[in-house]
Amino acid sequence: MKNFLQRFPDALVRLAAVFVVLIAVVLLVRSLLPASWTDTRLQRQATIERETARPVRYAGSDVCADCHEEYGVKRQGYHRNLSCETCHGTARDHADNPMEVKPSLPRLREFCVRCHAYDRSRPTGFPQINPAAHNPLKACITCHNPHDPKPPTTPQECRGCHAEIARTKALSPHVLLECTTCHAVPVAHRTSPRAVLASIPKEREFCGKCHAKDSAVRETPKIDVVTHGEKYLCWQCHYPHMPEIK
Amino acid sequence: MTPDYARLYDLLRQVTGYIYPNEIEVHWGILVVVYPYLTGLVAGAFILASLVKVFNVQAVQSVYRLSLLTALAFLLVAPLPLLLHLGHPGRSFEIFLNPNFTSAMAMFGFVYAWYLMVVLLLEIWFTYRRDIVLWAREEKPPMKWIHQTIALFSNDVSERGLAFDKKVVKAITIIGIPSAFLLHGYVGFIFGSIKANPWWSSVLMPIVFLFSAIVSGIALVIILYMVITPMRGQKIDMKCLDTMASFLFYTVIVDFSLELLDFIHRLYQSEESIKILSEMVSNRLFISLVIIQVLLGMLIPLVIMVAIRLFRFEEELRKLLYFLSVILIQLGIFATRWNVVVGGQMFSKSFRGLTAYKMELGGIEGLLMTLALLVLPLLVLAILLKIFPAWDLPKRALGGEAVPSA
Amino acid sequence: MERRGFLEKLFAVALPGGVLGLLIRRAPARAEGYEASAHYYGMGIQVDKCIGCGRCVEACKDENNVPREPFFFRTWVERYSVRWRGEATVRNIDRALEGPAEVGGEGEVLRSFFVPKLCNQCDHPPCVQVCPVGATFATEDGVILVDEKRCIGCRYCIQACPYGARYLNPVTEAADKCTFCYHRITKGLLPACVEVCPTQARIFGDMRSTASPLTRFRRMNKLHVLKGHLNTEPKVTYADLDGEVR
Repeated sequence: MKNFLQRFPDALVRLAAVFVVLIAVVLLVRSLLPASWTDTRLQRQATIERETARPVRYAGSDVCADCHEEYGVKRQGYHRNLSCETCHGTARDHADNPMEVKPSLPRLREFCVRCHAYDRSRPTGFPQINPAAHNPLKACITCHNPHDPKPPTTPQECRGCHAEIARTKALSPHVLLECTTCHAVPVAHRTSPRAVLASIPKEREFCGKCHAKDSAVRETPKIDVVTHGEKYLCWQCHYPHMPEIK
Repeated sequence: MTPDYARLYDLLRQVTGYIYPNEIEVHWGILVVVYPYLTGLVAGAFILASLVKVFNVQAVQSVYRLSLLTALAFLLVAPLPLLLHLGHPGRSFEIFLNPNFTSAMAMFGFVYAWYLMVVLLLEIWFTYRRDIVLWAREEKPPMKWIHQTIALFSNDVSERGLAFDKKVVKAITIIGIPSAFLLHGYVGFIFGSIKANPWWSSVLMPIVFLFSAIVSGIALVIILYMVITPMRGQKIDMKCLDTMASFLFYTVIVDFSLELLDFIHRLYQSEESIKILSEMVSNRLFISLVIIQVLLGMLIPLVIMVAIRLFRFEEELRKLLYFLSVILIQLGIFATRWNVVVGGQMFSKSFRGLTAYKMELGGIEGLLMTLALLVLPLLVLAILLKIFPAWDLPKRALGGEAVPSA
Repeated sequence: MERRGFLEKLFAVALPGGVLGLLIRRAPARAEGYEASAHYYGMGIQVDKCIGCGRCVEACKDENNVPREPFFFRTWVERYSVRWRGEATVRNIDRALEGPAEVGGEGEVLRSFFVPKLCNQCDHPPCVQVCPVGATFATEDGVILVDEKRCIGCRYCIQACPYGARYLNPVTEAADKCTFCYHRITKGLLPACVEVCPTQARIFGDMRSTASPLTRFRRMNKLHVLKGHLNTEPKVTYADLDGEVR
C-alpha cells in the first residue's frame, strides 16, 4: 500500500485522503438520517395528510336540508342558486353541535345591499336597487323573505334589474322614452326574467317612426330611413340607450 | 413573531395603478441584491487571477495571490445574505440533502460547492503549499500549527512535488475559468429563466451578469491593490495598475455594449410590457438606473479611461483617475444589481401598476446589515492575508538560499 | 476487501435515494377510500355572472385561516372598467381596503365587469419547477400543494408565478396559495369560494367525470386561460373573458 501511494505526489495523497474522509462523512450522515428527511414520497404523503386533516368550516348546502325546512322554501325562489352558507356563514360547527353553536343570522340592511346595491360592473339583469332610494333605513327582510325573496309587489320599473341601462338612458336624448316604447315586455318577464324575454325592435322602420323625414314626431333628428347608414341597422351604429350622433 | 403590517399599509399608499394584491410585498430585498454583487466580485477577481496563469500576463503577476484570496473572502461571505433572507434558514441544508433537480436555485448550490471546494480552495492550496510548508518550519506557534494543518502536515518541497503543484495550478485555472463563468452566469440564469417576469426573462441575463461581475471584480482588485500597497509601505507598480485598468476598460466596453443592446432590443421589439417597464424606469428607477448605473457607473468611468488612453497623464493623476473610476464602477455595479432585483418587483405582473420598496435602517433586511455584509468580506480578507501573505516569500528554503518566486 | 465493502455501502445508500428523488413526480393518495388517481380537478369561471360581492374572498380566508390583512389572498376579485380612450382601470374589490367604489365618471366607461382570480393549478407549473427543495408539488388529482414544513422561504416560487397567486404566509414563513380547498374536495365537498358564490360564477368539477358541472361548462362556452402564451397550462378556465384581462 505504502509503495503504491508513494508513486503519487505527497500533496495529492494527502488531499485525496481529506476528500475521501469528507465524502465518507457526508454519506454516513445521510445514511443515518431518518427516511422522512430524505424520502420525497414520504414527505409529500405527510403533506397531503396534513392538508386533508385541516378543519372544515363550511358544511355544504345539502347538510342544512336535514333539519331546516327553509331549504325547501329556498329551492323554488330566486335565491335557489345560493348556498345557505352564502348568507349564514360557516355552519360546519353548527351541524356538528346544533344546540350550542349557531351560525350568523344576518338581519341588517347592509348585508343584502352588499350584493344588491347598484354597481355598474354588475351584469345587466341582476336585480339591483339604489339603497338610498329604495325604502331607506328599512331592513330588507321586512318585505323580502330571504329564503324566497320575491318582491312584495311585481316590479313596475325596469330599472330594478336594468339599472345600468336606466342610468345611461337617463342622461341621453332618449331620457323621455319609456323602456316599453321600444321593448314589448310581457307581464311574465317581471317574474321570470330569464324564461320570458322582452322584445327588441327588428327593422330600421321602427326607429323611423320618430326619425324618418316624414315622421309625425317633431323634436327628433331626422334622416332618410332608406339611404342613411348603408346596409346597417340603426343600433349597429347608434347605441339606443345613449344615441350619440358621431 | 408579530408580522410588520404597518410597513405594508405604508407601501399600499405608494402603489400606483393596479397590482395583484399579493404583490404588495417586495419579496427579494436588499439582501438578495447584495448576494449577486458579492458572487460577481468572486467571479471577477478569479478571472483576473486566471489571466496571469493561463495567458501568462506577467505585468499583473503581483496581484495574482491577492485576487485569489479576494475571491475566497467574498465567496465565504456570499451565502450569508441568502441565509439571512430565508424564511427558514435552519432548513437550508435541504437544498443539498434532497434537492429538486429542476430548480436552478437548487442546482446552483452544487455549482457553488464545486467552485468553492474543487476550484478555488484547491487552487489557493496548491499555489501556497510550498510557501506554507517553508513558513511553518520557521514560525512560532500558533501560526506554525495553523500553517501545518493547512498544509495537511505535508513536508514535501521536492522538485517532483513542486512540479506537480505547478501543473495542478495550471489545470485548475483552466477548469476554473469556465467554472467562474458558470458561477455567476448561473445567478443570471436564476433570474433570466423566470418567464413570468419580463424584466428578468432574457437570454442576455446570464451574459450581462457575468460581464458586470468581471467588471466589478477587476475594479475591486484595483481598489484593494491601491489601498493595501501603500499600507505595506510599498510603491504601486504602475505597469500592473495600467494593465489591470486596461482589462477593466475592455470589459467595461463589452458590458456597456451588452446593456445597450438589451435596452435597444427592448425598445425596438416593444413588447406588451414596455409601457409599464418604461414607467418603472422613469418613476421608480430613475436615480438608481439612469444616474447611478449608467451615468456614474459606466459613462463617466468610460470617458475617464478613454481620456487616459488618449492623453498622457502623469502617474499621480492616473492613480487618482483610476481610483475615482473604480469607486464609481463599484457603485454602478451595485446599482445594476439593485435595478435587476428590485426593479423586477417594482412593477406588477398585470402590467398595470407599480409598487414601492423602502429599505429600512435596522433589522435583518436593513441598511446597517447590508453595510456589515459588505464590510465583512474585507475583514475576512484581512485574516486570510495574515495566514496567506500575498506578497512575502519564505526567507529560506531548506538549504538556506533565498526562495525563488512561485 | 475493505474498499469493496465500503463501495458497496456507498452505492446501496446513495443510488436509491437519488433515483427515488428523481422519479417522484406526483405524490400518492392517502387511504380511507379516496382514490386520488380517479380524480382530476379543475375550475371554470363564468365572468359574466360575477357580481363582485367578494363573499368568495371572505369565505376562503375563513376556511383556510388566511391572515385577514389585505396583503395575503388565495383568491381575489378584480374590477375592470374599459374606457373610451386610454387605459382600462383595474381595481381590487377587497373589503378590508374599501368597498367596490365607482371608478371614473358615467359615460366614459364602455364596459365594466368583475374577474375572480385564484391559483390556476397549472398542469405545467413554473412554481413546482423552481422550488429548490421540492416543497411545492402536484398531487395525482391535479392540485398543487405546498409542504409548509419543508419550505425554506426563499420565495423563488412567488417570483415564478405569473399570476401573483402565491404569497408568503407571515405566520408559517412558508409559501402559501390556493389549494382548491384540498381538505374539502377530497371529502366530496366544494371549495369554499364555490360554495358561497351566490351567482354560480365559479364552477368546480372533476375533469375525469363526464357528468360534472365543469364538463357542461367546458362544452357550452368558449374558454380562455390567463397568460396562455406562457404555456403554464392552467386548469382554471374562463368563459367570456375580456381581452383586457391580464
